[in-house]
Amino acid sequence: MGRRTLRGQVAVAGIGETTYYRHGQAPDPEFKLALKAILAAAEDAGIDPTDIDGFASYSNDRNDPSRLAAALGTKQLRFSNMQWGGGGGGGAAAVGNAAAAVATGMADCVVVFRALAQGQFARFGQGPQVPTISGDLAMQAPYGLMSPGQRYAMKVIRFMHEHGVEQEALRAIALASYHHAQSNPRAVMNGRPLDEETYDASRWIVEPFHLFDCCMENDGAAALIVVSAERAKDMPHKPSYLLSAAGGSDYRCGAPSHNHPNYASSNFATVAPNLYEMAGLKPSDVDVVQSYENFTGGVMMSLVEHGFFPPEAANDFLKPENLLSPTGQLPLNTSGGNLAECYMHGLELQIEAVRQLRGTSTAQAPEVNVSMVTAGPMVTPVSSLIFGSEATL
Amino acid sequence: MSKYHLPEGMPIPVPENDDLSKPYWEGLRQSKLMVQKCQGCGTYVWGPEWMCHQCRSFDLAWEEVAGKGRIYSWERVWHPVHPALKDHGPYIVVLVELPDAQNIRMIGNLLGDPEQHIPIGAAVEVAFEHHNDADPAYSLAHWRLV
Repeated sequence: MGRRTLRGQVAVAGIGETTYYRHGQAPDPEFKLALKAILAAAEDAGIDPTDIDGFASYSNDRNDPSRLAAALGTKQLRFSNMQWGGGGGGGAAAVGNAAAAVATGMADCVVVFRALAQGQFARFGQGPQVPTISGDLAMQAPYGLMSPGQRYAMKVIRFMHEHGVEQEALRAIALASYHHAQSNPRAVMNGRPLDEETYDASRWIVEPFHLFDCCMENDGAAALIVVSAERAKDMPHKPSYLLSAAGGSDYRCGAPSHNHPNYASSNFATVAPNLYEMAGLKPSDVDVVQSYENFTGGVMMSLVEHGFFPPEAANDFLKPENLLSPTGQLPLNTSGGNLAECYMHGLELQIEAVRQLRGTSTAQAPEVNVSMVTAGPMVTPVSSLIFGSEATL
Repeated sequence: MSKYHLPEGMPIPVPENDDLSKPYWEGLRQSKLMVQKCQGCGTYVWGPEWMCHQCRSFDLAWEEVAGKGRIYSWERVWHPVHPALKDHGPYIVVLVELPDAQNIRMIGNLLGDPEQHIPIGAAVEVAFEHHNDADPAYSLAHWRLV
């Protein structure tokens, strides 16, 4: 048996999105949004949507593959997959799961999708409104530790304490996302630029997160089509080859009541080395990064754990000029991402990574051959992936 | 003004339907901090679990630990995400490690001025807060600087 790898075996051949809306503002129900995104991705790939034979999603997406297949007229359903875990931690893993199915012959054409309509369903950023609570939440909620931001703020505070990171490092991440959203007509925050003074004056949500350190909540849907590398060569768009995908988390990451030994972490400590090993690449080979922003502090730790700079260099590296496309040394979140484009649970980041390889981003980085996505910092499991151009194969 | 650190109306903690954490909550009612300790290898296990993560023994016993710790991390919450906290103002959540119990970590509120400076590494002691009039009655473990 040869080396087991996904490297170069599959590619993203199609991408699709609905309009992105403020939360609760979508005119369509969530299932219809999912269908619209999948149809858009199929059209982009130039395929008949009934040829999709697999579905992969994450974060307990509510749109069941069997119902989707029935609605689409799918000829045969061969792969229906859900990545365990909440938040956006499964965004890259779902692509990896789809890739594994295609690479091993379990399916030929898998759509990775995510749909959210928070008017129809509950919002993420609210605490549990129940009379009693048990399990691990009972150790937290009675003390007012309830929302995702509250769950992760103490990791970031500890990291900042250990490594002397200043608030300005987090601010730079927010500024980069908002800057890139201004050239992106899809972005919910297009036309709403952010400057340093506005960031500094914005209210605290939970220290160390100002309002602009926190992701939006949005309605919409996104989808991308994974096929074999061989097939992708004959399809309309330049293929985005999957060079690697890795998911998981390190030792006892899920230990209850904040007892993860490696606490001040985005949880990529073991994932990132696996990612680079499969790709046969190192951090300096990466041309552009989409890094999931639930909160800016998670992006900071993701970039550290993916080896772009050591923690002690966070204040020096995380300056807007280093993160802006096209001139920065590491263009970051070039669509505006979860902070300023749309919180599509990070699937919009996967799509932006593909756009960067196609050369069609609204904040295009120069000469992109290696395009990385990190998904869901501070949750467990997390995941990340690397797409590459034909030149990287 | 609530007689408790946070307003009344927060979710009431109760044991799971398998009663895994029941000795912890019963201990708090008696102003005792109870945690699990492996009878096989002596590892403190927290939060509650069915098996020791060090030696895979199922023989975990509950043991009282000293309510002394130090602040491992903290956060100051300004934006309320629960109706009971609306208009309450900021409050502090601390993650406290217990040096007497292999540095297992516990979550609580830091009592005192909600806008105080919070020094990581500072010594804290437990402060039990009994909600005797709740239904069901319960107790929480807060922390204060010493």
